[in-house]
Amino acid sequence: MTESSHDENIELMTYAEVVDVKGFVGNFDVTIRKKPRYVDMTKCTGCGLCIEKCPTKVPSEWNLDMGLRKSIYKPFGQAVPNVPVIDTEHCLFFTKGRCKICQKLCPAGAVDYEQKEELVTKKFGAIIVATGFTQFDPSAYGEYGAGKFKDVITGLHLERMLDTSGPTGGHVVRPSDQTEPKNIVFIQCVGSRDESKGRPYCSRICCMYTAKQAILLKDHYPETQSYIFYIDIRAAGKNYEEFVKRAQRDYGAIYIRGRVSKIYEKGNKLIVRGVDTLAGRQVELEADLVVLATAVVPQPDAIDLAKILNIPYDQYGFYTEAHPKLQPVESVTKGIFLTGSCQFPKDIPDSVATTGAASVRACEILSKDELVLDPKVAFVNPDICSGCLNCVEVCPFNAIEPIVINGKTIAQVIPTLCHGCGNCASTCRTSAANVQGFTDDQIYAQVASVFEILKKENFLELSE
Amino acid sequence: MSYLNSQDIHQFRNRVLALNGEDVSRCIQCGKCSAGCPISPEMDLQPNQVIRFIQINDPATVLKCSTMWICASCQTCSVRCPEEIDIAKIMDSLRKLALEAKVPVGEEKVVKFDEIFLDSIRKRGRVHELELVMKYNLALLQPFKDAHLGPVMFARGKLGILGHKIKEVRKIKEIFKNSRRIKQSES
Amino acid sequence: MQVGYYPGCSLESSAKEFDLSIRAILQEMKISLKDIPDWNCCGASPAHYLNEELAQALPYRNLVKAEEAGLDRVISPCPACYSHLKHIHEEVLKETHLADRLESIVGKKYNGGIVSKHLLDFIKEDIGFDRLKSSVKLPLSRLRVVNYYGCLTRLPGVRIDDMENPTLMDEVISILGGEALEWSHKTECCGASLSVSRTEIALRLVNSILEAAKERQVDCIAVVCPLCQSNLDTRQGDINKRFGTTYEIPILYLSQLIGLAQKLNYSQLGLDRLVTSPQNILIEKGIIEK
Repeated sequence: MTESSHDENIELMTYAEVVDVKGFVGNFDVTIRKKPRYVDMTKCTGCGLCIEKCPTKVPSEWNLDMGLRKSIYKPFGQAVPNVPVIDTEHCLFFTKGRCKICQKLCPAGAVDYEQKEELVTKKFGAIIVATGFTQFDPSAYGEYGAGKFKDVITGLHLERMLDTSGPTGGHVVRPSDQTEPKNIVFIQCVGSRDESKGRPYCSRICCMYTAKQAILLKDHYPETQSYIFYIDIRAAGKNYEEFVKRAQRDYGAIYIRGRVSKIYEKGNKLIVRGVDTLAGRQVELEADLVVLATAVVPQPDAIDLAKILNIPYDQYGFYTEAHPKLQPVESVTKGIFLTGSCQFPKDIPDSVATTGAASVRACEILSKDELVLDPKVAFVNPDICSGCLNCVEVCPFNAIEPIVINGKTIAQVIPTLCHGCGNCASTCRTSAANVQGFTDDQIYAQVASVFEILKKENFLELSE
Repeated sequence: MSYLNSQDIHQFRNRVLALNGEDVSRCIQCGKCSAGCPISPEMDLQPNQVIRFIQINDPATVLKCSTMWICASCQTCSVRCPEEIDIAKIMDSLRKLALEAKVPVGEEKVVKFDEIFLDSIRKRGRVHELELVMKYNLALLQPFKDAHLGPVMFARGKLGILGHKIKEVRKIKEIFKNSRRIKQSES
Repeated sequence: MQVGYYPGCSLESSAKEFDLSIRAILQEMKISLKDIPDWNCCGASPAHYLNEELAQALPYRNLVKAEEAGLDRVISPCPACYSHLKHIHEEVLKETHLADRLESIVGKKYNGGIVSKHLLDFIKEDIGFDRLKSSVKLPLSRLRVVNYYGCLTRLPGVRIDDMENPTLMDEVISILGGEALEWSHKTECCGASLSVSRTEIALRLVNSILEAAKERQVDCIAVVCPLCQSNLDTRQGDINKRFGTTYEIPILYLSQLIGLAQKLNYSQLGLDRLVTSPQNILIEKGIIEK
């Protein structure tokens, strides 16, 4: 991120969102809403004095509410750009009209409470969607008590605690009493591989990050013992299997094949009731901390964005690629590419690889003056088009637009958006819409010649 | 040992499916049913193992086990199953299949109790608790089991000596007869 | 307001106090009950596999009888009875084939006019928490209660509360002014009829439930099921003997607690019928007089 922020060919627009996309490959008109951050980016030096002096304290989203941040803040230390933002919901000036300490103290005079939201429209040749994922809300599992029991946390919570710049400075503690846990139980597939929660898919990353966390825990705290309830260990990447084996052999993680049915509190311990299907019996463990490997799920607004971009998505809200094997980073809409976990759960190597692939695909378009298109696209004969515009309604790719010629509105195909599906042709009442290579005349001619041959070969005698 | 594939491997799974609409081939053997079963320690086969033996077509092992007989029908397995398989319902069907197959019942006591229970309904239209427990303990040749509870329960007015009998007992007997008759004519 | 009532077999004998207290508290709230005339046993769980059609026909007859008596709502205090009545009602409406068969077995037609209610959803939806609250004359303050739901919320057809973390009983206790405590075993299994056929299993299960309640230092456990009450209450002596424990935890029906808050008479609520007497703790908390 830091590198790209210095590159003169890259313009970063952070704290902004895409609200509209028009046009087509090579010629996208993208409207972007730049939200007011109330800090002038051209003036701010990133000294951090405002953050230090801000009197308010708010739970930090970045640390999953485990730590606090100020109302003028950066989500985390290395955030790019190195410019804070004001959270108007908690800022004393915005809520109560007083304070203004940040403005008074800023040596660069960068704090500007008057900043307004800005809408900008720019032209782009290609779009890469990399909106990522969020984690499944484990409170859907009443039997696990997530959200009710403080010491039942998610893998992401543990990840934040293991971070030396995290809310606990790298110390792993029980949220309930801030003591170091001894027995830690990990539960895999919380929200994944679960039809009853509407998510039958495997989240792909949990087996590996859990093994990593078990290794780190043992490494930092040799007294700890990890127990990992799993259904299957999915370690299919390079060196992954060896890594899991190390967690078991060198770091003493106990893998228990089976699922947990219930967690409850007893005194200051958590009782975890599960099964060891390999031993064929129920097991109960006393745990100090329970870590749930929550499923990878699409961002809550993923479908809204898909509608703006006009790209397809699956039943969960992951974006769909044009072809699962041959066009894995292309969306069906030409010029729009996918990478990372907005498409489906991916680990870091896969995300990096698909990002490279998507970037190269985008460059391929931008490096040419002219685009070579599939010729089998639709066209509308302007002479017989009645202008009913039914074809506009049925086109799944928004590839038909109304135009006015000599005062008459008719339909026109944008060939770069068209996929040649033929919906327009079959809908058109006047036969004005046709697909190149599949016009009505051509199809009739094909059928006629087939009959000619059949006749010649005496195949049609019976019916005559 | 015979080969796993020596006969139609889907036979028993299909049988259960036809009986109650529950498809064990959905089961991914996560074990959550066994993990939460309150009776698990006393079962000779864990619930997930029962499902497994149905998956691999081994009715002989399933029908003689104790699992479905001591299942308390508390439904914990069914409501927590990630594949939404109604395991408690499968247990109920297995009881039926075991009785039909006339294999030695994995848990005699439960069947005895249940039979005496139904008998009580047939004779009275309602259950007479005192009679039920006494008959059951007599049938099992343990007449003094729970006898220590008798005086307390009696003193608290919790045990009626005579029990109730509904007016239309004849009607109930008819229902017993009809329901059995239809069953026979169907099979 | 008049509603139908299906007490079920237990409420005639071992759970007589459940019956007495329900009648008393509903009368206090100006609700009159009309028993299903000449009702029969619901078949409980044994009928299921021994004779599936019988398991359907027995509740069916009760529905027919209720309809004949001109009832439209029926309260079944016992969760098993409630589940069976409601389940068969739903099945009959869904499958005409089944409806026809049951009609021929029982000899009469059920037209689908009975809405089944458990005491809990009847209190919440039909009586309303406000009306319950206004009937409270003596708040059960300082009374520490854990609510035991058992398998109630998981039974087929029963959809009255969250399955994993039900709260209806807790809401009622709060309205009565008592202290409804969070605890770990509110939906664990009591062993049901295994307490007769495989007593040692039920003792193990009940022991863990009582242990969890004791850990919360409760004054009593509230229940809404005759089987739960019987297993938790009458087996305490056996458990103390077997596990070396010293439980003496009164197991009260929720309806009895409501009755106490309505200042109804101790024996009218059948409180003298409980094996583990609640008398001392109720005196100590100032809920009843010596």
